[in-house]
Amino acid sequence: MTLLKWFGRKSFSHGVHPQEHKDGTAHRAIRRLPFAPRMIVPLAQHIGKPSRPLVKVGEEVLRGQLIAEADGFMSVPQHAPATGVVEAIELMPSAQGPRVRSIVIKVYEASSQEVLCDQSQDVDNLDPDAIVQAVQASGLVGLGGAAFPSHVKLKVPAEHAIHTLVVNGCECEPFLTTDHRVMLEQTDDLIRGTRYAMRVVGAKRAVIGVEDNKMDAVETIRARLPADGNISVEAVETKYPQGSEKMLITSLLGLEVPSGGHTFHIGVVVNNVGTLAAMGQLLPRGRGLIERVVTVAGPGVSKPGNYRVPIGTPLRYLLGYAGFSGSAAEVILGGPMMGNAIASLDVPVTKGVSGVLVLSSNAIGQPRTVHPCIKCGQCVSACPIHLNPSQLGLLAAKREYDLMAEDFHLKDCIECGCCSFVCPSSIPLVQYFRIAKSVLRERAA
Amino acid sequence: MSKPQPTIELRTSPHIKSAPTVEQIMRNVVFALLPISAFAVYEFGISALALILTVTGSCLLTEHLFNRAGEKPNSLRDWSAAITGLLLALTLPPGFPLWMGVVAGFVAIALGKVLFGGLGFNVFNPALVGRAFVQAAFPVAITTWTPPLAPGRFLEFIPSTLTAPFMTPPSVAAWSHHAVDAFSGATPLGLWKFQGIVVSTSDLFTGMSAGSAGETSALLILVCGAYLAARRMMDWRIPAAMLGTAALTALAFRLFGGSHYPTPLFVLFSGGLMLGALFMATDMVASPLTPLGVWIYGAVMGFITVIIRYFGGLPEGVMYAILLGNALSPLIALITQPRVYGARRERSKP
Ligand code: SF4
Ligand code: SF4
Repeated sequence: MTLLKWFGRKSFSHGVHPQEHKDGTAHRAIRRLPFAPRMIVPLAQHIGKPSRPLVKVGEEVLRGQLIAEADGFMSVPQHAPATGVVEAIELMPSAQGPRVRSIVIKVYEASSQEVLCDQSQDVDNLDPDAIVQAVQASGLVGLGGAAFPSHVKLKVPAEHAIHTLVVNGCECEPFLTTDHRVMLEQTDDLIRGTRYAMRVVGAKRAVIGVEDNKMDAVETIRARLPADGNISVEAVETKYPQGSEKMLITSLLGLEVPSGGHTFHIGVVVNNVGTLAAMGQLLPRGRGLIERVVTVAGPGVSKPGNYRVPIGTPLRYLLGYAGFSGSAAEVILGGPMMGNAIASLDVPVTKGVSGVLVLSSNAIGQPRTVHPCIKCGQCVSACPIHLNPSQLGLLAAKREYDLMAEDFHLKDCIECGCCSFVCPSSIPLVQYFRIAKSVLRERAA
Repeated sequence: MSKPQPTIELRTSPHIKSAPTVEQIMRNVVFALLPISAFAVYEFGISALALILTVTGSCLLTEHLFNRAGEKPNSLRDWSAAITGLLLALTLPPGFPLWMGVVAGFVAIALGKVLFGGLGFNVFNPALVGRAFVQAAFPVAITTWTPPLAPGRFLEFIPSTLTAPFMTPPSVAAWSHHAVDAFSGATPLGLWKFQGIVVSTSDLFTGMSAGSAGETSALLILVCGAYLAARRMMDWRIPAAMLGTAALTALAFRLFGGSHYPTPLFVLFSGGLMLGALFMATDMVASPLTPLGVWIYGAVMGFITVIIRYFGGLPEGVMYAILLGNALSPLIALITQPRVYGARRERSKP
């Protein structure tokens, strides 16, 4: 039986098995974080154009109120995460490094912080384009970490017919458990959001893919699925990067996204469970995205867990609440495989932050000496895209970027970091590839 | 800022790494070779000890001197030169003159490694380059064998060991005969090939036979190799493919060619096949990168080993088989490159 299950496991080839480190937070229910005295809402916390502020310094804002509007289609609006007064609209530090224009709100301590901007709408009777507009109006972006505007993702070019909506509940990054908790605690929101998304893209069916280290989530969802059978939930092998769009599509449907193509070329749209749950929660009430679930974990915090965090909460406040000891070798936004290390705790939690990890030097290890490639082939056996990272690495060191792209499929690299993860010579392969790709992008521009 | 900022590091993702590092792998290979070296010393006495120390020392010194000359960082700490030295020593006859051992070690590092650009760039296994060189340069010394477990082996050097440079080594025959009665001066493979005598498989398995210092005990080599494979520091597929193919080839000859061909077990446990398959063919740098390529590479070497043994002029073919495999490895890697995800088989070029 176990053996059968093992062989029948849906998966992709290659990939790696990092230690999961999810026990510390997976069983902890989502808790609400109190309001920080000051919120910083960046106007650019998504991929695309920054939003345009609609409020002025000194103006009072109510929690949930629209404070910045989308600038065109490739943009999303921002809503006030708390009731207070606009203190400043200026450049503030951001997790990405450069300072970004942000609306700073001084929160009223005495306020009841009720959301007063409800405008309920009957989403089931809206036509697809109206739903796309409603999604944009909610300010929703991909909550899995990409922060790509959700309405853009749902707006499939008319020539592509979509047969399946893939719902990504893999959460393959170590430490992170936000999607896990959302699947358990917001199951109905998730199913509602899934229905909306299916309607928008015109998909007849939806498959929710969940890694098989979260069987409780699979069962919880399965028990609440609508009777029509159009939505199903499937367990997939627990393996990194199962949660990458390409890998999950292959695991669930046996299809491959063509090189250089998009998922809609094969009739598929992928959305993250957190995003769809937020959609199912926000749209019927006509609300904007003002909070999100964040996993705070790692050896450096004494109260790890999943927190519902108002967007714009400074990290220092969040970590203080989670029992940050004050010393850490590294603080990472996102997961340890693809997340970014940050230099300052004065940056805010934005819409794309799925986790804050406070890692000790024990967890990340001593800095390693880089050796020449010993051609061990580990990276080749790990790369889920079946590239040759060893060869690409040698070319990158010689700055042969064009050759990398033309003959070695550099552009297909999904920057998952499996190659760097396994490399015994500690060559920063994926970092090389990120640089190579951005150089090529710049040259093309 | 009033409050001192906690020091946090900025690294790029991935922020976690899977063990092991190059140093750890190489160090463990050295550890795995130590029992084999110890057994060589037990079997062949102080001559083997002196040989192992001399050859390894020569490799380390050569690497160090080239580092100094090229103003490169110290690469001794990656342990790869030590592995080359140990492996090389273990493939030499126990009574090999020490000065020739120095030459072998120098050539292995200088020609086999530095010339190609150092660790990671060598095309061939450096130890085998050194071995091939001395095989050509000193054909007599490299085929002069001594019996195992000779009494007095811990007190007395084998006479050839201490030969002065460029002098003809004294004959070992007299010493061997006085040490062990009726030692014919041949390895099991040589005995089989030139005299038709077959040494018992169990003697081969445990190592009670003449041969290169570290090649005699198949059992010990298997155990040490299994340790590395279990720690995921050696690619078990290469020896599996190589030994499997060698055994199958031998079986085919015996079944269809007649019983004067040795049994597959004899083929597996004699000569340098075990040491070569587990410790030399698995040299990561000189083996193909691709999962399928690894199997082909092993199979090619196993097949060639048997063919050279049966039809070549020499009783042993492992060294040339592996060198050939090394030379073919980039080609094997190229043709077994897996299809890139989402790409069509043939590269679509406009
Ligand atoms: S980062 Fe790119 S090259 Fe490395 S394993 Fe992932 S897809 Fe392959
Ligand atoms: S994992 Fe590192 S050392 Fe091994 S082949 Fe790839 S790049 Fe080279």
